[in-house]
Amino acid sequence: MSAIAPVFTRRTAENQLAFMPFITAGDPDLPMTARLIRELSAAGADLIEIGFPYSDPIADGPVIQASYTRALNNKVHVADIFATVAEVTRDITTPLVAMVSYAIIFRIGPDKFVEQAAGAGFAGLIVPDLPGDEADQFAELARTAKLDLIQLIAPTTPGDRAARIMQNSTGFVYCIAVAGTTGVREALPDELQQMLRQLRERTELPLAVGFGISRADQIDGLRGLAQGVIVGSAIVRFLETLATDPTQRDAVLKQVHEFAATLAKTAHESR
Amino acid sequence: MTTTTAPKATSHVPDLHGCFGEFGRRFVPETLMHALEELTTEYEKARQDPAFQKQLNELLRTFVGRPNPLYFAERLTQLCGGARIYFKREDLNHTGAHKINNTIGQTLLTLRMGKKRVIAETGAGQHGVATATACARFGLPCVVYMGEEDVRRQKLNVFIMRTMGAEVRPVTSGSRTLRDAINEAMRDWMASVETTHYIIGSVVGPHPFPMMVRDFQSVIGREARAQCLQEVGRLPDEVVACVGGGSNSAGMFHPFVDDELVTLTGVEAGGRGGQPGEHASTLTYGTKGVLHGSYSYVLQDPDGQTMDVHSISAGLDYPGVGPEHSYWKDTGRVQYVNILDHEALDAMKTVALNEGILPALETSHAMAYAMKRARERSKEDVIVVCLSGRGDKDLNEVARLTGQTI
Ligand SMILES: Cc1ncc(COP(=O)(O)O)c(C=O)c1O
Repeated sequence: MSAIAPVFTRRTAENQLAFMPFITAGDPDLPMTARLIRELSAAGADLIEIGFPYSDPIADGPVIQASYTRALNNKVHVADIFATVAEVTRDITTPLVAMVSYAIIFRIGPDKFVEQAAGAGFAGLIVPDLPGDEADQFAELARTAKLDLIQLIAPTTPGDRAARIMQNSTGFVYCIAVAGTTGVREALPDELQQMLRQLRERTELPLAVGFGISRADQIDGLRGLAQGVIVGSAIVRFLETLATDPTQRDAVLKQVHEFAATLAKTAHESR
Repeated sequence: MTTTTAPKATSHVPDLHGCFGEFGRRFVPETLMHALEELTTEYEKARQDPAFQKQLNELLRTFVGRPNPLYFAERLTQLCGGARIYFKREDLNHTGAHKINNTIGQTLLTLRMGKKRVIAETGAGQHGVATATACARFGLPCVVYMGEEDVRRQKLNVFIMRTMGAEVRPVTSGSRTLRDAINEAMRDWMASVETTHYIIGSVVGPHPFPMMVRDFQSVIGREARAQCLQEVGRLPDEVVACVGGGSNSAGMFHPFVDDELVTLTGVEAGGRGGQPGEHASTLTYGTKGVLHGSYSYVLQDPDGQTMDVHSISAGLDYPGVGPEHSYWKDTGRVQYVNILDHEALDAMKTVALNEGILPALETSHAMAYAMKRARERSKEDVIVVCLSGRGDKDLNEVARLTGQTI
């Protein structure tokens, strides 16, 4: 068991939701990423997703895609990401999960990637373009390295397929809120509640909802239906200003902290 | 790995999982998986449905203009002084390229699946034009993603697509070429998959696309094979086609794969030379990896980031290639070579001057190689080149590159 399960056990026991922000490694550079991880942890994040920038993302909307591009333009490499994470995980207990395209994993070598990820202190992996039926071998590698391989379920996933995917899932189930890419949405679809209820009947694993979430009221709406929320684009957005004004680092850290703290507070209300 | 232990290529691929040997499969977000399963099932049914096949063949005959001829390029043959060169005339198809074979087939599938909207990506604009055309024919709304750089290079095709009622959306991310257009189309599909079919323009993408597009394009090779038997009295010695994503070549080669004596040659874009970023020769310089939903050869850096590519022809300007080509490369069934930008430009001119046929810049890569090869071969030999498309679309760009005005 990795460090992820206890997070959900604790939050769920208190009738709370786990709050899980996402940032891109290397946007605008890795020292800032290290500072952001510490800041998010201090703001109450239960788990932090670290996106590995990829040149050809399909699941991501414009905000995260642009963030990947900024990181890659600054020549961020996988080895450097692992080095930074290894440093941070030395003194931070908040579990980190890598969000990484299979294109990168395959190129590095699946066994080597898993070994390095575990060595850097990651608790789990999310591979958005490795669907359940392609994941068997890789899931085995992750299991051996004691990393959770978190699988995704989409609104378009039929029930029997969801059941199969969740059988191979550990850590939590990543429930995609909208049929679409990452990015802030005004409203979450009504079908989401139905989807979460159906998944709840089919698995004991914690359910975490991501894609489209940016506001406290959206988090409130998931109470009793899910055990965690993932917030990506709404956080990554704060980093856009640094592309044109690098002097704003401290200000951006403060903004991110305040925003994350508000959402964490909502998620951690015991109801 | 030595060639003696490599398994032999067969035409009976992919398997149920979309594997061409180790290549292919599906590496896409879960959101798209259901649509891919549905498409696989629906395509399988359509393939076995005589009514579907009849409608497809009828459209290929009356709308596309098939069968198109196998043409003996007599003066080019004389000029080269070696093997006899034949052209398979895909340029005579409606809309001027092979792309229409696939879009007609996929549009019929769209209707069968009850989807209400079509999206596509395009590099040279030929696939966009072919999709817009098929959609206009059946009254389906159509959105085409096209890199901004290609919009510039292929103004004429953009105008044709718009005239056919399609919406052309310029893509400004990345290198602003074909690969970025595919990313953008995939993202659109993520958000619209329940109502929209994505007509991929080449033998790339997740299963079943590489297989389905190859099947729809195989009409090229089937006709060429039969025509060669009839007109020459035997099979050709060598079959040549250009490789961008690899659809005209896959369609041309597939019916010959089990004819072991026929040499198959795919011609990639050599661009300005072998330096990274200067070419689009995926099978010559690439490594195994994942791009756009399938496992194949890719031009990528040591971290798995896709590399920039260059070609004079927008339709070859792609850092990936269809998985079946990767399978053919590794089994040794098809040899892959490359031709430089200036060689393709020269070939375009030579074919125009000697045959009165203006090939597309993409096709001109295949022409340049076929001419080289003909010179090395004996007069008894026969080379068939896939004339994948006509060159009208490229004339503005050719004029610009050669300092002329139109
Ligand atoms: C005339 C022509 N030939 C070839 C190609 C390359 O595509 P493929 O390799 O899929 O045949 C294109 C692509 O746009 C084209 O327009």
